[in-house]
Amino acid sequence: MKKLLTGNEAIARGAYEAGITVAAAYPGTPSTEILENIAPYEEIYAEWAPNEKVALEVAGGASIAGARALAAMKHVGVNVAADPLMTLAYTGVNGGLVLVTADDPGMHSSQNEQDNRYYAKFGKMALLEPSDSQEAKDLVAEAMKISEEFDVVVILRVTTRICHSKTLVEFKDRQEVAMKPYVKQANKYIATPANAKVLHGTLEERLKRLEEYSNNSPLNYIEWNDKKIGVVASGVGFQYAREVFGEGASYLKLGMTNPLPKQKIREFAAQVETIYVVEEGEPYLEEALKVMGIDCIGKDKLPLVGELNPDIVERAFMGTEREVFTTDIKLPNRPPVLCPGCPHRGLYYVLGRQKNAIVTTDIGCYTLGSAPPLNAGDTCICMGASITAGHGMYKAFEHNKTEGKKIFSVIGDSTFFHSGVTGLMDVVYNKGNSIVIIADNRITGMTGHQENPGTGKTLKGEPTVEIDVAKVCKGLGVDKVIEVNPLNLEEMEAAIKEAASTDETMVIVTKWPCALLKDQVKAKGYCRIDEEKCKMCKACLKVGCPAIFNIEGKIQIDETMCNGCGLCAQVCRFDAIEKVGE
Amino acid sequence: MMAKEIKNILMVGVGGQGTILASKVLSNGLVNAGYDVKMSEVHGMAQRGGSVTTQVRYGEKVYSPIIGKGQADIIVAFERMEALRMIQYLKKGGVLVVNDHVIPPMTVLTGAEEYPEGIIEELSSKAKTIVFKAAEVAREIGNPKTQNIVLLGALIKAIGLEDLDWDTAIEAEVKPQFVAINKKALQKGMELAS
Ligand SMILES: Cc1ncc(C[n+]2csc(CCOP(=O)(O)OP(=O)(O)O)c2C)c(N)n1
Repeated sequence: MKKLLTGNEAIARGAYEAGITVAAAYPGTPSTEILENIAPYEEIYAEWAPNEKVALEVAGGASIAGARALAAMKHVGVNVAADPLMTLAYTGVNGGLVLVTADDPGMHSSQNEQDNRYYAKFGKMALLEPSDSQEAKDLVAEAMKISEEFDVVVILRVTTRICHSKTLVEFKDRQEVAMKPYVKQANKYIATPANAKVLHGTLEERLKRLEEYSNNSPLNYIEWNDKKIGVVASGVGFQYAREVFGEGASYLKLGMTNPLPKQKIREFAAQVETIYVVEEGEPYLEEALKVMGIDCIGKDKLPLVGELNPDIVERAFMGTEREVFTTDIKLPNRPPVLCPGCPHRGLYYVLGRQKNAIVTTDIGCYTLGSAPPLNAGDTCICMGASITAGHGMYKAFEHNKTEGKKIFSVIGDSTFFHSGVTGLMDVVYNKGNSIVIIADNRITGMTGHQENPGTGKTLKGEPTVEIDVAKVCKGLGVDKVIEVNPLNLEEMEAAIKEAASTDETMVIVTKWPCALLKDQVKAKGYCRIDEEKCKMCKACLKVGCPAIFNIEGKIQIDETMCNGCGLCAQVCRFDAIEKVGE
Repeated sequence: MMAKEIKNILMVGVGGQGTILASKVLSNGLVNAGYDVKMSEVHGMAQRGGSVTTQVRYGEKVYSPIIGKGQADIIVAFERMEALRMIQYLKKGGVLVVNDHVIPPMTVLTGAEEYPEGIIEELSSKAKTIVFKAAEVAREIGNPKTQNIVLLGALIKAIGLEDLDWDTAIEAEVKPQFVAINKKALQKGMELAS
């Protein structure tokens, strides 16, 4: 029977069927559910690593030991893992090794929309691109086969619409695969210059053989229809093209896009009149065709920015525009916001009121504190950069004797473990004086509640050592480390005040569970406005809580949304907000 | 028997409103009836109180998992303003099912923008619009949390899928103690769209 699965669920099932026994990842939309869905399989050891470099090295080590292994991450995660990736490509594998990269064209939940297919070319690895969940599942097994047969690392590249679309999938049984024997092979696994020179040479040979495979592989197939138009496409772009052109065009559907099946591409090109390349992101396929001397139309017509959809493909190549309903009513935007009861709110409420402060933030729910009405945030670049960019700003001001502002660097717990630790080490070692605030909401929030080294639980739900953020900071040599409850404004304000006047590096850990952590939330009941006492000063609106409404001329609190954190009651000067139902 | 033509459904709501269960029951019913089905959701950032959409396409063979503008046969909006935000996706002659419920976005809460007036009138002037307060309907039948299934019921009736086996779909997706009430909710929703 067929089941409706997301691409991510399908990849997890694929890992199971393909006999993978080790999987590691760091969460990141749109990749997160891959490991979440692998975790329940007893046959697979699976872990959340503190970051993507660690995840890939763990999977790489497992492969060297002889197991079939998988690492998964979002596109920007591959940047973090790029160092081991580029050299694992040289050493090759023992057990099959696949890296799943989940790209996010359109930036639904990301800070950029880099096209990671170039990593495969750049790093000399095999590249597979599924177009739906069935292919996503099947390509995991294919990746294992290719990886072991050609001794290469395989990148399985998916995009948001593949990861998060559900399509029908036919299951197979698990293929039990014995560990390959581990034999010490220093010339293969010790990448010294002498060995790497040889390895690079053999890698080029391995890739040549792989190109032949690509030419003959059913992953790259032709669907002949009308030959006036020939479409070359991969990934979800193929589905859009197939939808738009139907049987009015022939298709070269590419499932393996490095090495490209050059011979098959030439055969196809020779028989069609005009070639359209339909791909999301960069002109990866288009450039390859043009280098081969094949005339084609792609990014002249398709946008480089954002994700594709059937409309864009239709408009670009057919010039047709569907009639649509429009409205003259101006609709307010609905940006994402911090949840009612979010502990980050107390922190940002206080930070936003600091004069003479620069707030470097980081990636997570707490980035939302930079939006109105909290407005606390100057920078957000990539995971970990709050601390380091803040340190750089401080050093620039100091060294150039420019009047600087006090630097507050805000970073989440998961992000601190991911790549904040080395930054803090830099601040201490190089005599910075940032105030580092670790927003420890006891979970990896933004990506939907994944355990991390500070939560005391593993991906499989087993209890484990709980790494204490404050102790880590002390161990790094920070003398002044304090823990506060960010939803207690008095405590929070006192901590920031102390920080503002200190001349040394100081860490403030704002430790309070995410409001959505049902088993840990401490707040009870809900808040209510006493209309008699309310003077409509609107101070409570400045905390930016989505449960507090200013409609019909009065302030109201939606009791079903309110989680009773009481932050609004603390900012009310008229005692007009009361807690009920505790 | 199966129509070759692809039907397109778009559901829109606000992060946290739980459109997920409704779309699960819907796709379960469609898959069991033998349709090819594709369904697309956006996860992550938008779930923190942003606007979220689910798209469902079904027919004999579906390629794209997402819908183009002017292509939805039906839009189900769990929040009033979100219906209008998505109207560009509605096909000419398509149907709207609208939960008459307001969730003001942060920009409105802070007073930077105003929640627009006259949305239902605007919607009705363009397309057949079925409007009701789903939470109230659900409360009347005994559980306000079944509002999503009430909305689903209206959708099913409006798009003409009432003959599919929805009992089995509900039994597959809902905890046993809530099956009966959800079946009732679905029934009620169908009546509202009749
Ligand atoms: C290199 C990289 N990996 C993963 C992500 C995805 N990501 C964005 S926010 C986040 C988690 C943040 O968790 P935490 O620091 O605990 O903050 P919270 O969201 O809980 O406030 C992750 C994993 C990313 N943006 N970049």
